[in-house]
Amino acid sequence: MDLRLDGVSHRYDALPVLEEVNLTARDGEILAIIGPSGCGKSTLLQLAGGLIQPSGGTVTMAGAVPPDCLNPITYVFQDFALLPWRTVAGNVALALEHHPLPRRELRDRVADALSRLGLSEFADALPRQLSGGMRQRVGIARALVVNPAVLLLDEPMSALDAQTRELLIDDFRWVWLQQKTTALYVTHNLAEALRLADRVAVFSRRPGRLREVVAVPIPQAERNQSGARLELAKIQDALWSLIRDEASAADREMAHV
Amino acid sequence: MSETGASEPGGGRLPVPFRGGGFVLRPHRIAGAAGLLALIALWQVGSTRGWISALMAPAPSEVLAALGVLASDGTLVIHLSASLGRIGLGWTLGTAAGLAAGLAMGMFSLARAAGLPVVSALFPIPKIALLPLLILWFGIGEPSKVATIALGTFFPTAIATFSAVDGVPRSLIRMAQSFGVPAPRIVWSIVLPGALPGILAGFRITASIALILVVAAEMIGAEFGIGAFILQSGNLMRTDQLLAGVVVLSILGLLVAALLSWAERVLLRWR
Repeated sequence: MDLRLDGVSHRYDALPVLEEVNLTARDGEILAIIGPSGCGKSTLLQLAGGLIQPSGGTVTMAGAVPPDCLNPITYVFQDFALLPWRTVAGNVALALEHHPLPRRELRDRVADALSRLGLSEFADALPRQLSGGMRQRVGIARALVVNPAVLLLDEPMSALDAQTRELLIDDFRWVWLQQKTTALYVTHNLAEALRLADRVAVFSRRPGRLREVVAVPIPQAERNQSGARLELAKIQDALWSLIRDEASAADREMAHV
Repeated sequence: MSETGASEPGGGRLPVPFRGGGFVLRPHRIAGAAGLLALIALWQVGSTRGWISALMAPAPSEVLAALGVLASDGTLVIHLSASLGRIGLGWTLGTAAGLAAGLAMGMFSLARAAGLPVVSALFPIPKIALLPLLILWFGIGEPSKVATIALGTFFPTAIATFSAVDGVPRSLIRMAQSFGVPAPRIVWSIVLPGALPGILAGFRITASIALILVVAAEMIGAEFGIGAFILQSGNLMRTDQLLAGVVVLSILGLLVAALLSWAERVLLRWR
């Protein structure tokens, strides 16, 4: 399913955050969003998910909804957003409980989502008993359990240490390859974006404008190969040259706030 | 594997001093009980030896004996049940209203804008000061005492609940909204469980307030109740019975605290 932003602008009171964004996440692709701090990446994701209303422009979806889809757009949050009083299975079930599902189907869906993320044996654990990486797996399982058409990921790896991030990126890619859900993936990390994305949308500093969309012409399954890494490094250099000056200026702006 | 051969400049070796001790709290259950027992023992010895006046502070053994008599002749049950009835009704009414007001102020902008200044302005008033007014309104009977306790528990409950609801991370609510969870279910599944630690902490405070207010209200105008009993004992110079009443209050406070601790252990197991 396509997710399309047409002329989307947003401002918080007098502060313009995003200006005239025209961008489409195509069916079955991961579209990474990168840009300097404060450029409106997370705002863009909230606009795309209908959590805030744009000051201007429209957000639309087009295409066929996947079978058994209970919620067309779901989120994976930077801070995991898990309910500490619920078990792992209970957190995943939260996304289903308000749907009129037979109890057995609810259980099966939760078990399937946990299994896909390697969480089956932690179903009864509480979030505080899990590492950061495992908590984010729960967040991803919760987002996938409704079989969404579009997945919105808001810096999902940024709270994790480098090793955990490496492992989770590989696991996320493997899970994503099973269904190829359309995904908007916000990140600060260029290498992470290039490990996962089919295309990378580069934003300017605030107010965020779409500067360029860079394709990553290497199949997902080959991204870990040594030949591909060289190619990815070149693209990463090109991306960095696009945002370096903007990031530096944004950093100086933040220092004066 | 071991690493050897490091040079020793200057010849000798100096041990690294340990500097990490202290500032660690450890449970000392026996010490707590021992402290209390030591105080009672000292009091007993002081009374037995005549260092402490039997009229001003009768020996713990005499207080215990008085407590036994009060328990066996039914006096304690009459007074205790009167106090517990007032506390139970007043606390329940005040807590229910406080929870409703606190939830409303925590969740709805209009309720917060309208309610918070009123609650904040009325909260600091010592509620026992309102008892004469409440007696004028409701008479000297039960309603004025129950209303005093209800008012005393309403405000702290409303403020604790409001703060607890306000403290529920908005990210959790956003998360639920992103999954299309309906608002009533968000309140039930996220707001209430998230606010529960703060609400239970408020219950601890209001339970103590209810105990204080019932005693004060009963001292002002009641025939039965622990407060009335303590006052009557004082008027009759029966300090052994007076202190027996105080011991009952202390035990009551401990029981309520234990009950709330148990509720916290059960309901907040996830922490």
